[in-house]
Order: sequence, then structure tokens, then C-alpha cells
Amino acid sequence: MIEAIDLRRTYHTTTGVIRRKRLDVEAVRGVSFAVERGELFGLLGPNGAGKTTTIKMLITLLLPTSGKARVLDRDVVDDAREVRKRIGYVFGGDRGLYERLSAHDNLRYFAELYGVSGAAQRKRIDEVVELVGLKGREKERVEGYSRGMRQRLHIARGILHDPEVVFLDEPTIGVDPVGARDLRQTIADLVAVGKTVLLTTHYMFEADALCDRIAVIAKGQIVGEGTPEELKGRVEGGRVTEIEVFGVDEPTVGRLREIVGVTAVSVEEREQRQVLVVQTSGEREVTAPLLAQLDGFEVGRVASREPTLEDAYVALVTE
Amino acid sequence: MTTLRVVWTGLVVHFKITSRSPFAIGVGATWPIVNATLAYFMYRAGGTPQTLLYASLGSAVAGIFSMIAIDASGAIQRQRFWGTLELLIAAPVRFALVLLPMTIAVASVGIYCLATTLVWGRLVYGIPLPLEHPLAFVLAVPATLISVGVLGFALCMVLVRFRWAGQIGNSLEYPVWIVSGLLFPIAVLPAWSHPISWALATTWGMQALLHGALGGPVWRDLGMCALLSLVYGVIGFSIVDRFLDAARRSASLSLT
Repeated sequence: MIEAIDLRRTYHTTTGVIRRKRLDVEAVRGVSFAVERGELFGLLGPNGAGKTTTIKMLITLLLPTSGKARVLDRDVVDDAREVRKRIGYVFGGDRGLYERLSAHDNLRYFAELYGVSGAAQRKRIDEVVELVGLKGREKERVEGYSRGMRQRLHIARGILHDPEVVFLDEPTIGVDPVGARDLRQTIADLVAVGKTVLLTTHYMFEADALCDRIAVIAKGQIVGEGTPEELKGRVEGGRVTEIEVFGVDEPTVGRLREIVGVTAVSVEEREQRQVLVVQTSGEREVTAPLLAQLDGFEVGRVASREPTLEDAYVALVTE
Repeated sequence: MTTLRVVWTGLVVHFKITSRSPFAIGVGATWPIVNATLAYFMYRAGGTPQTLLYASLGSAVAGIFSMIAIDASGAIQRQRFWGTLELLIAAPVRFALVLLPMTIAVASVGIYCLATTLVWGRLVYGIPLPLEHPLAFVLAVPATLISVGVLGFALCMVLVRFRWAGQIGNSLEYPVWIVSGLLFPIAVLPAWSHPISWALATTWGMQALLHGALGGPVWRDLGMCALLSLVYGVIGFSIVDRFLDAARRSASLSLT
């Protein structure tokens, strides 16, 4: 259904005023993956990893610098209009809606742009409004909507023309926990009715709960791919040690990474303190060498636990 | 049929959006009053009613062009800010059919400019509105709005391609007013500038309104409005796909 083959995208930018210098930024560097029919495929990665650039190439908004991509057996460059007819695109955040119009007017306009026939429009708009839980509110202007309602309207707009493939770019970003849970249910419902979904997110639990398969992307490259269980399996047998510390510096974190048995170290800032999340292979005890390297820093709580998908993800993106 | 429905729905939607914009209404309603007042005091010394009507209609058409120059060029930037430009381009319908009603809708808000100017001139300064050709005058209103709107459509294609082009609209405002004869007749301008005047819908829209009111070759003016609409439309439609491909290559569709 969706196929990316060695997809690359370089952005060109310039710096300086008088002596302008051209800079090339490689946002996507040879991404390849395939999504099967009816699958919910997650593209997971930190900010700036290349998720949105990849999705924009797949939905024909950006031309790849090189590589190939096909959606529903149609090339995204040569056959853009045919691809557009058959896909839906939803992104997260407040933007992407006409605030001075009602939800119904927004949907009516996009129904027209996506070729939903006049006779079918009313029925289809009623269906999607019902599906996303906006029934009874659709005549209100969007400017009065909460973030969660806007996001549900985004989804309604994206599936108005009943596309076979739906691209969701961080759809729950900035939505409160209850709203996000409802949205995740809506996404699960899309797959239940047979849609193929490509979801980008940087929320681990979201990917874990929803996705059949996940590709982890970092610095423009796929660094891991598999089911959530397979990815978790990559850190199975390992251990995670969390160390609460005050004022640790980057050179010290670098030295922790060099300790034999340590596979990844990440730092979480929590007000004045930091929590070092140290992943180890589990084959050797590393707590003592870790604490030795932290000699001179104020160390708080030290705890050890089993690894999670988040740890697998951190290990992949920090490799 | 589908094409007409897309254009019609776009017109209704964008007219609603624009007419609910306090800025657009503010510009449309107040600028012509200011312009009409300035023109009245400038022209009253030479003071025939025809001169005053010229100034009044000139202010109205200047207001319509201002809507296009500022608001239609701003419309593309606003679509970018609202995050809807990418969604409009990602739709399977030809982008020209999305953009055309958007700019015509913005120009249509210029009806406020026309009405405000004429009512203000009549009530405050007693400028008469004789209608030598009432039917032609009525036809001249949509002809002016549509032809200026299609001119805005062709200009907007540049804004889709180049993010920095948002400033172009503002800088075009005064030169177009002058060269179109909205402030004084183009006969007083140097001969080399006349072809530029003839290529602008604002010139013929102004002439159509003036000749509809005072008498003159109004059908020629309306024909020129129609012809220029066609020419601008053909230019816009012929460059749209090329400019969109360039925008997709340079990643200039979104803000980031």
C-alpha cells in the first residue's frame, strides 16, 4: 500500500547578508519501508528526525531529492493527483482549519475539493461528524473549539472522502490526556473499518498501544523496525538503572557511556535535578563504576528496573 | 459541472471568511471614505460634478484594488499561517480552481468600497450619481470585481512560489492607482506608460464605471474587462502547475 525506497530529501538554505553562504540540510537520508494493507504503521522519532518530511513526500507535498515512493501502486511524483484522490492527511496542532467558519462549512468545502458528490456530501459529513464525536457541535464556529475538538475535526476532514490510506502526523500533539485517549480510540476505529494508517508520533505509549509495526527514525534514517514486541526484545535481558543526580555535565555523561556494559545513557531534566537513565546489557554489574564516575556530584535515588519500549527507543535514537 | 461547483463553493467559503474579517471590513469601509474625502478637497477647486464623480469612482476602484493588492496577497500568507495552504494543495482538485475563487471573493468585498464611497460622496459632499447607462453601470460592478480578482489570481501564483513575495502586494498599490487613472486621467501620463495602463483591469473597470455613469464607450470597456480576465486567467492557469512543482521542490508551501 505504501512503499518508500531509499527516499532522500535535502533542504537548501542560506546564511549571511552580504556574503551569502548556501547550506544543505539532509532531513531524510535514505529511508525505506513498506506498509501492508490494513496495517497501522508507526513512524517514531524525536523532533527533527525527519518524520514530517517523510510523510510530506508520501502525500505529494514535497518532491524527494532522490529515491522512490509509491502509494497504492502510484508514484508520488509522477502520479500525484491520483495519489491525492486516494489518501487522507491529518496533522496535529491548532492550525489547518478555517476558524471563522463552522465545522460543517469546513467539511463541506473540503468535501467539494475532494470530489465528494453533492448528493453524498450531507450523508458523509453526518457520518464523519458522528464518528469523531462532534455531533451537535458541527454548526459552531471552529474558533470556539477546544484543541481536542479541533483535532477530531482534522480527522473528520481527513477521512471525508473515504480514503484507503490515512496519514496522521502527530495527531495527539498538545491534546489533554482524556482527549488524546479519545483520539487514539478514533484512530483504532479507522483501522477497524479497514483503513491503512501511517502514524507519526514521538509518544512511545501511543505507538505501543496502536501500531502493528514501528519504524524508529533518527537523524533522517531508519534505525530500527519491527513490531513493538520485537523492538522491546532488542533490550530484553538488559537492565535500566536510573540515577538521580544534581548538576551533572556533558563530559561526565560521555564518560558514563564508555563504561563496559553500558549500552545507552540519556539525561532527563527535572527542575534542579537530572535523572540519568542508563541502559546496560545486563551481563555485568555497572552500578559501582557508574557511581565512581559520578564522584563529586550530589547523587540522590538510585533504582534498577526492567527495560520498556521507551528504553528500546532511546537506545535506538542515541546509538 | 463539478468545476463550477468547486469554484462556487470556494467563492462562498472565502467570501464568508473575508467578510468576517474585521481587518478586511475595516479596510474596505474606511479607506474609501478617507480617499473620497481627500479627492473631494483636491478636486472641488476645479469643481464640476463630473470631476467629483471621477474622484469618487476612482477612490472606489482604488479601494477594490487595495483589497486585492493587500488582502489577496495576504490571503496566501494567511493560508500559510493557518496551515491550510498545504491542505488545499494536497487536495486532488486543480489548485487554480481553489485559488481563483479565493481572490475573486476578496475582490468582491470591494463592493463595500464602492457602496461606501458612493454613499459617502452623495450624503456628505452631495456628489451626484447620474446613470446614463444604468444596465451597463450595474454590469460594470461585477466586471470590475471579477477582472481585478483574476488579476489578483495571477499575482497570487507568485506568492505561492515565493514566501518573500508577500510584500509585493503593498508596493504595487500606489503605482497601479496612478497608472490606471484612478487618481487622474491617464491622458496626463507619459505616452510610454499607456500600454501598461491598457494591460490593467483597474483601468478598464474604472472607465466602465465612469462611462456607465456619465456616458461613453462603456461596452468597449466591459469587453476589455472580459478580455483581460481571460488573459490573466490563461496566464494563471498556465503557470500554476509549474509554480507548484517549484514550491514542492523548494519546500516553500509551509512556514517551516
